[in-house]
Amino acid sequence: MTVSTGTQPTTLNAEQLRGQLEQLAQRHGIHQWDLGASCSTDTSVQVDRGEAKQMKGAQRSAITVRVWNSDGLVGITSTSDLSPAGLEKALSGAKAASAFGNRDDTPAFSPLATAPLPELDQPLRPSAPILSLLDTLKDAERQLLERHPAIGTVPYNGLAQRRSERIYLNSAGACRQQRLTTASIYLYARAEEAGRKPRSAGAVRLAYGTADLDLAGCIAEAAERTISHLNYAPIDTGHYTCVFSPEAFLDLIGAFSSLFNARAVLDGVSLSSRESLGQQLAVPFLSITDNGLHPGNIGSSAFDGEGTPTRALPLLEGGVLANFLHSEATARTFGVAPTGHAGLGAKVSVSPDWFEVGAAPGSGGGQQGLDQHTQGDGQGLVVIDSLSALHAGVKASQGAFSLPFDGWLVRGGERRSIEAATVAGDIRQVLQAIVGFEGDAKVTPDGLCPHVWVDGLSITGEA
Amino acid sequence: MVVTSAPPDLQHLDQSWQKRLETLLAAGRSAGADLVEVFLERTDHLGVLAEQDGITSVSPAFGMGAGLRVFRGLRDGFVSTNDLSEGGLLEALDQALGMLGLMRSSAGLSGFEGLAPLRDHASTKTDWLERCPDLAQATARLLEGTAVLERHGQHLQVRRGSYARDWQEVLVAASDGTFARDVRLHQSLGLNVLAADGEHRSSIGRRYGSHGRPEQLQQWDADASAREVCESAGAMLYADYVEAGQMPAVLANRFGGVIFHEACGHLLETTQVERGTTPFAEKVGEPIAHEAVTAIDEGLSDGAFGSLAMDDEGMEPQRTVLIENGVLKRFLSDRAGELRTGHARTGSGRRQSHAFAAASRMRNTYIAAGPHTPADLITSVDRGLYCKSMGGGSVGPTGQFNFAVEEGYLIENGQLTKPVKGATLIGEAREVMPRISMCANDLDLAAGFCGSVSGSVFVTVGQPHIKVDSITVGGR
Repeated sequence: MTVSTGTQPTTLNAEQLRGQLEQLAQRHGIHQWDLGASCSTDTSVQVDRGEAKQMKGAQRSAITVRVWNSDGLVGITSTSDLSPAGLEKALSGAKAASAFGNRDDTPAFSPLATAPLPELDQPLRPSAPILSLLDTLKDAERQLLERHPAIGTVPYNGLAQRRSERIYLNSAGACRQQRLTTASIYLYARAEEAGRKPRSAGAVRLAYGTADLDLAGCIAEAAERTISHLNYAPIDTGHYTCVFSPEAFLDLIGAFSSLFNARAVLDGVSLSSRESLGQQLAVPFLSITDNGLHPGNIGSSAFDGEGTPTRALPLLEGGVLANFLHSEATARTFGVAPTGHAGLGAKVSVSPDWFEVGAAPGSGGGQQGLDQHTQGDGQGLVVIDSLSALHAGVKASQGAFSLPFDGWLVRGGERRSIEAATVAGDIRQVLQAIVGFEGDAKVTPDGLCPHVWVDGLSITGEA
Repeated sequence: MVVTSAPPDLQHLDQSWQKRLETLLAAGRSAGADLVEVFLERTDHLGVLAEQDGITSVSPAFGMGAGLRVFRGLRDGFVSTNDLSEGGLLEALDQALGMLGLMRSSAGLSGFEGLAPLRDHASTKTDWLERCPDLAQATARLLEGTAVLERHGQHLQVRRGSYARDWQEVLVAASDGTFARDVRLHQSLGLNVLAADGEHRSSIGRRYGSHGRPEQLQQWDADASAREVCESAGAMLYADYVEAGQMPAVLANRFGGVIFHEACGHLLETTQVERGTTPFAEKVGEPIAHEAVTAIDEGLSDGAFGSLAMDDEGMEPQRTVLIENGVLKRFLSDRAGELRTGHARTGSGRRQSHAFAAASRMRNTYIAAGPHTPADLITSVDRGLYCKSMGGGSVGPTGQFNFAVEEGYLIENGQLTKPVKGATLIGEAREVMPRISMCANDLDLAAGFCGSVSGSVFVTVGQPHIKVDSITVGGR
């Protein structure tokens, strides 16, 4: 390992790490092992009305070691101590834990852990000095405050950059390594007019380096969204046709991604079952693909926690459930290949990468449904701009959700912000009640998606 | 010039670190910092998961790290690192100083007079980790839990038991002389079930947590916990969705306290005053809640999840009366909060780990008991919602809160009638606090985790049964 001034690495040397692990494994009588290691350097700034609020830096390192004992059972230990002593302690801890490994569901090395990796176009950008980040963010804050007299503060803001590296190694010779730089900015403004409630909204941008960040776009979007909520009114409780923004619909799909998750299926906590493959879950013009390799996915991983290459995986094709997301163990159970969505653990987690949501090829994207809808009815359309509190308001295993949102009521050609409201429903009904897609698909941090119209959702307004 | 001292023991955070820390603090002060603070930690974590009748995951983890914070004027720079070597800490200090435009120099006078004698809160806790259950004991108890779930439940599709043990040794040193050490031990047990019968589903979970009680797992009443979970899952399995609307609500004790935590507690942290996001910033001495409400935050309750012998800035916790008979009395404050808002520190500077700068955070937070019985509250409602158990919740940047009702019942003509699901309580603190008109006499606490600016910290929420005269219930 390349050592900085102390005992912890600032970059990872895969071959040196392998040599250390091989020696230690031999000493402990361990013949099969794998590991995931990462290290990163972060700097970030926050500002408050032209002054630095907080500046942060972090050097982090972490390693997770798995070992297979003589009975073939798996144990695991994680540590932030990458010193030789830390590695040895982790290895012996994993060996001790392996005595409690699960005989019924034992992970193995991914058969794809040595398969070729996809080529990713991820430029490595130099880190900017932290005081330059500070100046950039101060300027962004100033520009946002100048956009409207009601915008008094930008209470949640940050500009951050990261240089990171991750490795996967196993005792069968697999060696994966990826280096990455990323940068992000978020601006959440607070606006208040006399005698009215404060309103808040914001925007986020990601890039490979701070120089690549679309600062102007972030400022403009944060301002536009915040200002748009100043003129607000309560909404009557009832059932409405709702238009989800790309961000909101992706949040909803992400919250119910256990629908597509083989681990959740096997654990009995998914709404799907093994028999769901091939069934019609959604309207026939909806397609969803998990595609971590999309160029819009800033910071995508070339491989998962088990070393399996990342790839695009169709989940819904024409509304029909086409595939599940898999780890090595779940794929083995289902008799398919791992899909590149695994973590690294004694019980391996499975999670999605980045969703592409859109019209099934040749389907027209529900244009017919959109054409039949008119905005001229008495009740109007509810545009759901952003959902909140997904951790509290989603019952993934039941399909139910009840979530606060920011949005607008569009009636008679006029758009007015909704004071406070929740939207409730069932994801299975949502997928079957999609009317159509509006506009071009938009790249967001969580995926690619157009605006999505959904019929008959329950809206509760705050009296 | 920094003088190299004898290396401290990396396996213990104790007096042996004094010299190295004093050298570091003096270097920071001589560079022009007003105050330098170092937070060191070692951690040892164990997570165990039982599903159905087997152990499916054992996840040990250990680590160490440091967080260095440098103040100058109202500004601060914070750097965290896993590298506790002399070089690693100096590199972190240099980075933090650089954020404030400062550089280490041999010329500057530090004005630092050395650390005070170590306040060692850990001396009686050195055997805590050893007294905790070993892996064999922990797995056996969890399997007992999932077995009794099977015995007491019906239509259970998933039975889960989880155990987490978080041991942390911390050493805090600051250039104002602060030098303090502590050991923390948090353990939590969770039971979760998913019941399913055709299209009907219910999922219920309960968590039981403690601080400083190594024998918690051995003493756990698995049977009682399993009964409680299974009764709730059974009641909710065939529940109808609640009808949305504005109505009175009675919130049960224990985890019902999440309403105060989310709706009001966060707004009484000085981090919110600094951001300008609390409506209560200028309200000390003024009524902000119904006169029935007295609310307290403290870190002292024996064994409670949010208790601590010292906060993460080395200060002993206090019992802080936040609201007394409806009148706002105090804010929760940390070192930076005191500096920037003038509210005196309350021993509330907390952080998830060395990777976060401390911030003002809640500890054990609850509404005090009132004069009524729980039945008084329910009989006072013609038509409303009884929230027996709450899910999680959150508060937005403009003070709107929301939280999910895990187990709810309709109140009709002063009686509990049918179970209902899918309810979310939403509102705004300024509007809801004056509507808490009745508090019962059955205060009880529940363990939880709170995520905010300084990460996820162990907290206790609590309250007696309370009645909210009118609140928005989101439903179908």
